[in-house]
Amino acid sequence: MDNEIKFSAESLELVNRIIARYPEGKQKSALLPVLHIAQAEFGGWLSTETMNYVAGLLKLEPIEVYEVATFYNMFNLAPVGQCVIEVCQTGPCMLNGAGEIIQHISKRLDIKPGETTPDGKFTLKTVECLAACGSAPVMRVGNRYHENLSTEKVDSLIEEWCKCGKSSHDNPYNE
Amino acid sequence: MGIKILTEHIDNPELKKFEVYRKTGGYTAVEKALKTMSPDGVMEEVKKSGLRGRGGAGFPTGMKWSFLDRKSEKPHYLVCNADEGEPGTFKDRYLLERNPHALIEGIILSGYALGVEDAYIYLRGEFFYILQILEKAIAEAYEKGFLGKNILGSGYSLNLYCHPGAGAYICGEETALLESLEGKRGNPRLKPPFPAVSGLYNCPTVINNVETLATIPWIVNHGGDQYAQIGVGRSTGTKLISASGHIKNPGVYELEMGFPVEEFIYSDQYCGGMKNGKPLKAVVAGGSSVPILPAGLILKTANGEPRNISYESLAEGGFETGTMLGSGGFIVMDESTCIVRNLYNFTRFYRHESCGQCSPCREGTSWMEKILYRIENGEGRMHDIDLLVDISNNIEGKTICPLGDAAAWPVASAIRHFRDEFVEHVNRKGCWFD
Amino acid sequence: MIKVTIDNIEVEVEEGSTILEAARKIGGKVVPPTMCYYSKLRDTGGKCRTCLVKVAKGSAKDPRPMPKLVVACSTPAQDGMVVENTLSQEVIEARKGVVEFLLTNHPLECPICDQAGECDLQDLSYGFGEGESRYEEERRRFGYNDIGPYIKINNERCILCYRCVYLSAQLTDKRLLGVLFRGDYAEISTYINAAVENDFSGNVIDVCPVGALTDRSSRFKSRVWFTKPYDAHRDCPKCAGKVVLWAKGDEVIRITARKDEFGEVEDFICNECRFEKKQVSDWVIDGPRHIKRQSVISLNHYETINKLKETPPKD
Repeated sequence: MDNEIKFSAESLELVNRIIARYPEGKQKSALLPVLHIAQAEFGGWLSTETMNYVAGLLKLEPIEVYEVATFYNMFNLAPVGQCVIEVCQTGPCMLNGAGEIIQHISKRLDIKPGETTPDGKFTLKTVECLAACGSAPVMRVGNRYHENLSTEKVDSLIEEWCKCGKSSHDNPYNE
Repeated sequence: MGIKILTEHIDNPELKKFEVYRKTGGYTAVEKALKTMSPDGVMEEVKKSGLRGRGGAGFPTGMKWSFLDRKSEKPHYLVCNADEGEPGTFKDRYLLERNPHALIEGIILSGYALGVEDAYIYLRGEFFYILQILEKAIAEAYEKGFLGKNILGSGYSLNLYCHPGAGAYICGEETALLESLEGKRGNPRLKPPFPAVSGLYNCPTVINNVETLATIPWIVNHGGDQYAQIGVGRSTGTKLISASGHIKNPGVYELEMGFPVEEFIYSDQYCGGMKNGKPLKAVVAGGSSVPILPAGLILKTANGEPRNISYESLAEGGFETGTMLGSGGFIVMDESTCIVRNLYNFTRFYRHESCGQCSPCREGTSWMEKILYRIENGEGRMHDIDLLVDISNNIEGKTICPLGDAAAWPVASAIRHFRDEFVEHVNRKGCWFD
Repeated sequence: MIKVTIDNIEVEVEEGSTILEAARKIGGKVVPPTMCYYSKLRDTGGKCRTCLVKVAKGSAKDPRPMPKLVVACSTPAQDGMVVENTLSQEVIEARKGVVEFLLTNHPLECPICDQAGECDLQDLSYGFGEGESRYEEERRRFGYNDIGPYIKINNERCILCYRCVYLSAQLTDKRLLGVLFRGDYAEISTYINAAVENDFSGNVIDVCPVGALTDRSSRFKSRVWFTKPYDAHRDCPKCAGKVVLWAKGDEVIRITARKDEFGEVEDFICNECRFEKKQVSDWVIDGPRHIKRQSVISLNHYETINKLKETPPKD
């Protein structure tokens, strides 16, 4: 990873625009959106250095950032693969075969949920309800949902991603 | 098909564009309100409509608005709760991704009624792609003069911003949502004070669900009285029902309140009956938090009355034989469903989503999860079953926020209605379902 | 002023007071136990749920009872309110449940815990708990946390009252301690194993209701009940310098702030007074400390036994 953590000019401009959405002195409100942008820009996870940088930007104590980053599921606190696959495992997805999908991906990539493939390409995560129960089973990869999953569908997606070198480290504000 | 208030044009994939929404009659309610109605007039219509909060609690929206401390000299805020995440519920997502302008229009009208100049949409973090839809729609509304300074020359100004969460079910609880919007951990606040007095940045704040706000334009256009005529009794209007599980046609359906449950589950127009031809075993009718009911009690009340989709009918019989409409998340289960496994799954969810602030929820959810895991996996003891009931009782009503109740009710109700299945798991040393 | 009745005892308090404040004004058994609330720290309370009480009558104006039990520490008292604490079986049962929850993951290592003998959780369990635990699952473990040379942190014992975090935010210059993660994985930590060292950080030890934060300088040196407390003071440029010396023979084992009858610190003390002044000669001894609250030494037998060898104050 780069030694110096610093947003690109473009991201910095976005961050400033977001900070301006909150009243003066309430820049802490921008913490979640800014952490999303930071995670996308700095390798898909939040290192201590990244969090300290964000703390500096928003004039916060670093512990305020650590507290928040560790509370929310979407922030990765350790390096992840280039493409993070998050499969929903809650209620309706389970009733419709989420377990099978998780097992299948696990076998295919030869990793357990929570692990990253040795080549650093994929991380498999199980997550709780993604609010897409009507099209279960479901997974989220970056800023996209993949729904009505079958093992065949998952296979073809993974093949496609292998070919294109898919990254899921999406900046939520960029299409 | 009954009346459509929220979904009339929803199958038009272009509806999310300003021009298309406008052509379907969009933003006429804003024109009507800002040009011909006073803020109090708008509030009056909402009160008359009998609209109740669609996030799950079912509190009358007009009354919630009237609690706002309007005399306070601090800024007032309106926050839209778009942190949808209750297992079984996906109707807000449906509205947000297909009809974002209805929400924006509802926010403008509500903001006008409440004297709010800044409003936020708190969107669950996983919905990155909806963030982009909303950002675009909000930009369009600014561009067309429906947001920003001096809307339509009325003198009323409103700023609207979208704020993404980052993965925490608890932020759907309105005070946790406010904490999160302030950039903090999503720990629910102690009440009192209520947000209407001290909410976002300690200022008076109203928090409404997506579906609730998206209904306001229709009410303003047609009048509260007309809305109140739709539905049944104190359950006025229509409700979006998310249907999932073992049914042929899962999806989101807009139903007039009072629609029969049996018809909803079995009619081809709606759920289409059971997917694999297996008989219905149980339904969780209002999102994972409400009590589960066995087939016999979801179709008919204990008195043999057909149940319908309304706050009152689903609650008929109390927790002994009834449930709640909640957020309208219908999770339908056929006979192949293991109640213990399903309950373990839900309980794991609540344990995972507990903020950890108060002891009954933090310790109770993890304890229940561990016991249920053991029962499902053949290590259950007979006394575990009553212990689970006891733990759920010790959580219920004793926590800072409703997540404790939401974790306790599924446990208590599953054991109430399906005790034999728990006993069998202990006797057979494990699960016999697939 | 408003009138509130708690367990049949009427008391007058200022408007805006909480039920707990009213109960503390009456004192004695009427006072609900508190594990997280701390009157000297803003925003504390509401978390542990041990002070749940029943409101049998809301107020003179609206006499309806409250549907659920409420936390005494942060529920405002109303004129004419009737509250039941230990008179209500519902409260006793609920508190028993809370104690059970707090103990499910709390290691019962009191025999080797420095807090034993002055631990609020011990007192609470003794007062309201059951003889046997129904918890048969594995207890929670945390990774190693190091917060520096002065304070030992033991997350397994922590009940997440948040007092230390509020204290760090409100009393020290730069907050290093926080609550990380969530649910039953939540833990007090600095995240980066930073040393929590600033003038007043040691006070987290005194506000911790259990043995999760203990004094490294006195660790394993003596059971509480073998030490004798003396009020002492010194002229300190940083704090009021009013402390309690806990001595064994003539040796000062530990120094803490002075606590009131509700177990709350009277004056927070600086780290120099707490950790660096372990000689009797550093202090002016005022005499034996009368321990007012429930504790193994609250009987105050020691007062008549022997006196610490007094030393003349230094200039």
